[in-house]
Order: sequence, then structure tokens, then C-alpha cells
Amino acid sequence: MGEAIVITSGKGGVGKTTTSANIGTALALMEKKVCLIDTDIGLRNLDVIMGLENRIIYDIVDVIQERCKLKQALIKDKRFDYLSLLPAAQTSDKSAVTTDGMKQIISELKQEYDYIIIDCPAGIEQGFQNAVAGADKAIVVTTPEKSSVRDADRIIGLLEKEDMESPRLIINRIRNHMMKNGDMLEIDEIIQVLSIDLIGIVIDDDEVIKASNKGEPVALQPNSKASIAYRNIARRILGETVPLQSLEDEKGVLYKVKKFFGMRA
Amino acid sequence: MLDKKQLITIKGTRDGLTLFIDEVCSYDLVVNELHATIAESSPKENEPVVSVKVQLGNRFLTEQQKKELTDIITKDHRFIVESIESSVIRREEALRWKEHSDIQAVSRVIRSGQVLEVTGDLLLIGDVNPGGKVVATGNIYIMGNLHGIAHAGSIGDRQAFIAASFMKPNQLRIADYISRAPDYEADGVYMECGLVDEEQDKIVIDRLQVLSHKRQVLSGFERRMQNG
Repeated sequence: MGEAIVITSGKGGVGKTTTSANIGTALALMEKKVCLIDTDIGLRNLDVIMGLENRIIYDIVDVIQERCKLKQALIKDKRFDYLSLLPAAQTSDKSAVTTDGMKQIISELKQEYDYIIIDCPAGIEQGFQNAVAGADKAIVVTTPEKSSVRDADRIIGLLEKEDMESPRLIINRIRNHMMKNGDMLEIDEIIQVLSIDLIGIVIDDDEVIKASNKGEPVALQPNSKASIAYRNIARRILGETVPLQSLEDEKGVLYKVKKFFGMRA
Repeated sequence: MLDKKQLITIKGTRDGLTLFIDEVCSYDLVVNELHATIAESSPKENEPVVSVKVQLGNRFLTEQQKKELTDIITKDHRFIVESIESSVIRREEALRWKEHSDIQAVSRVIRSGQVLEVTGDLLLIGDVNPGGKVVATGNIYIMGNLHGIAHAGSIGDRQAFIAASFMKPNQLRIADYISRAPDYEADGVYMECGLVDEEQDKIVIDRLQVLSHKRQVLSGFERRMQNG
């Protein structure tokens, strides 16, 4: 029986889809059976980042409206057998999916897969409700900006009302030099406000954008910082204890991260 | 027999007259006797207006009856009724007092977009995040960080106050007063409270220690017992 994890943030553009693609890829690299679901109906992106756009024949709306079987809509990844994608529809809108339909699909997928990663649309309307409906766990993505943290806080409040475990946090797009100068919120400051467990930090890496444009998730690269960060997150999802990545060789931030980690552990 | 017993006793004090009304006789008798007594003892034209306190003892009067008594006493404008006091109140009223003076303890984080409303005092163990809001009809005590909005005395109690372990609120509201954070970036303050300063006619923030002399009666219930 698999586990469904929704990746959400409230605010747009913080990296939900990139995070979904990379966590999915990283879990598949560790030989877990993973299914990615794109629930951003009308604005699908996950297929593009995964480089699977050309292979779409049926989508999630076709499954819900029973124009095809669930198996027919699933796209097998071109790199591993362990990874599949259920793409969103580009022509309908969010009202085409119902929470019951989502629950049905996810419970069916749980029989086959170890992890189901649900990419949530921005906002707190129907699309969000659909995405969280069938999820067992949630990961909230935020960036070190006030507006993004504010929206994450709102989303955590909404997730607490759902029947699921306390969500975990990814702080994405960390720019080391800005954090050092105090121009960005600090990691412990964000955690203090949101008061949920941190599952990973990802620095702002040019490689992520390059990789996304090529349709190759950055988690496939062996050495880039973001790639290691995503693979660490995947290992933490599997229950391993992995120390937080140091942001740079600077002592200041490293010290703070260590101090923070010591505090939590 | 009945006539001989004095149903209404008048006592004079420095502040005015106190009317003691017998608590067991019928209301009609009180009304009759009151007419007579008032006619007898009403001050003359050239004397100053006298204020009257009415003591009902254990008698319960409806609002309408109280108004009737007030009308009788004040009919020729030589008396004014300062208060009508009774040792009994209705059950619903008592329950309402109790509800408004209980402390509700809540332990959670009030996040952006969430509103926590309570009747009575609020003891929140946890933070109020930016964009979150707590509202209480009484005082608000926060063991945690107040970053959002707190509204104490929401149905008009200007004596209510807001105390927090750490205070950097978006807004503080007490009764109908609103104050907001300054536009410049300011540091928060630890262990402080917000209360209405009568002289400045606005909300001020001060150390928690000032509460001990500015708000000696913390409990809403005691406050009501004293002030009605």
C-alpha cells in the first residue's frame, strides 16, 4: 500500500512543480515505484519539466470522466520503469475534477505504487481542495520571502483541517549571499513562524532552470547542489536521517544551520 | 395591620437619599406607598435636586417595573434616580456574566487567515502569526508571539487589555480603539501589554508590571460584581 504526498505552497512560482518532479525522480532513483500526478488543470507543467509532453494521449480529466482507463492515461518515464506520470488536462479547467474523483484515482494508484506525488496548483480554491483530497501527507514549499512564508502559513492552517499528518517544510531558492546580508528571511526565522518540521533546504541553483528547460529533472545530475538537496529530501521521506546540506563554505550560515539542526535533533 | 408596617424607609446620607423598599410585600403596595412617600418628602421648589438610590433587597423587578418606579420618583423633577440595586439577578443574566468572565485556554498556532473568537478572557498558548486574528470579549493573554491582530473587549469593554510574551502585532484593538504598527521597521517587545490610556485616549503599550496598578481587578466577574 503506497503513500500519497501532496506538494503545495499557496503562492505561485515558488517551485512546487520542480520540487514534485525532482522528489519523484530521486525516489525513483532509489528504486521506489513512484507516480507523479499533475493537478494543475489548464496550466499543466509537470510533463514539460519531466520531458514527457509529447507522449500525452489521455489525461486526468479523461480518467475522471471515464473516457479512458487509469492505466491508459499513465505515462511511463523514458528513463526509468519505476516512474510514471498522470498528466493534467490542458483544455478543461479546475472544476472538471472532483475531490471524490481524485480520492478514487489515488486509492487505485496506491495499490500499484510506493509513492504518489501530487503536484498542487497555486491558490486555495477548488484545485487545492482536489489536490489534498486523497493525500496522506503534505509537503509545503516556501521561499525565504515574506509573502511566500505568509501564504505557506495560510496553507498550513488549511492543511491542519484535513485528515492528515502535520505537513513538512521545504525552503526553496535560498540565495546564500542575500541571507548572509540579512536581505532574506533566515531559515530558523521561517521555521519559528511556521512551526512545522523542516524536511529540506534547496539553494537557488542555475542548474535547476537549465535542467527544467531540457526536460531532465536536476535530481538526475550527480553533483549539483540542488540535485543533492532533492536526493536528501527523498532519503528523509524514506525515513533516513540526513544532515542538512551546508549552504556554502561560509562559517556563519553553516554554524546557524548546524545550530538549528542540533536544536531539532 | 399591614398599613402600620413601614414598607418604604428613607435614609439620608451625604450623597443623597437611599430608599429601602420592603422585599416581601406585593409590588402594587410598593407602588401605592411610593406615591405617598414621594409626595411627602419631595424637596421644595427652591431646594436643590436630590439624588436617590433605591435598595430593593431580595426583590426582583423587571426592567418595566424599574422604569415605573423611576417614573414615580422623578415625576416632578425634584429627585433623580442614581441607581436601583437588588441582591438578586436572573439566572440567564448570571450565566451570561459567568460566560463573559471565564478564561478560555487554547493551545494552538493561529495562522494567517485564521480567526479565533472567544467569549470571556482568552489564554492562548501558542503564536498568532501575521495575518491571524484573535478576538475576545474580555482580556487576551498570549503565551507566545503576537504577530497578527488581537482584539480585546470586543463588545465594548475599554478596561480590557492584551498581554503577550512577545509583541510585534499588525494591529491591537481594544473595544472601539484601533492602533497599528508603525510604518518603519521596529523590533518587537518582550513581556508587554496593550491597554487603553484614558488621558491620551488611545492604546498604549507598556511593561506587564504596570497592570498591577492600572488594572487591579483582572477578572471580568469581579469587575461586574463591583460595577453592576
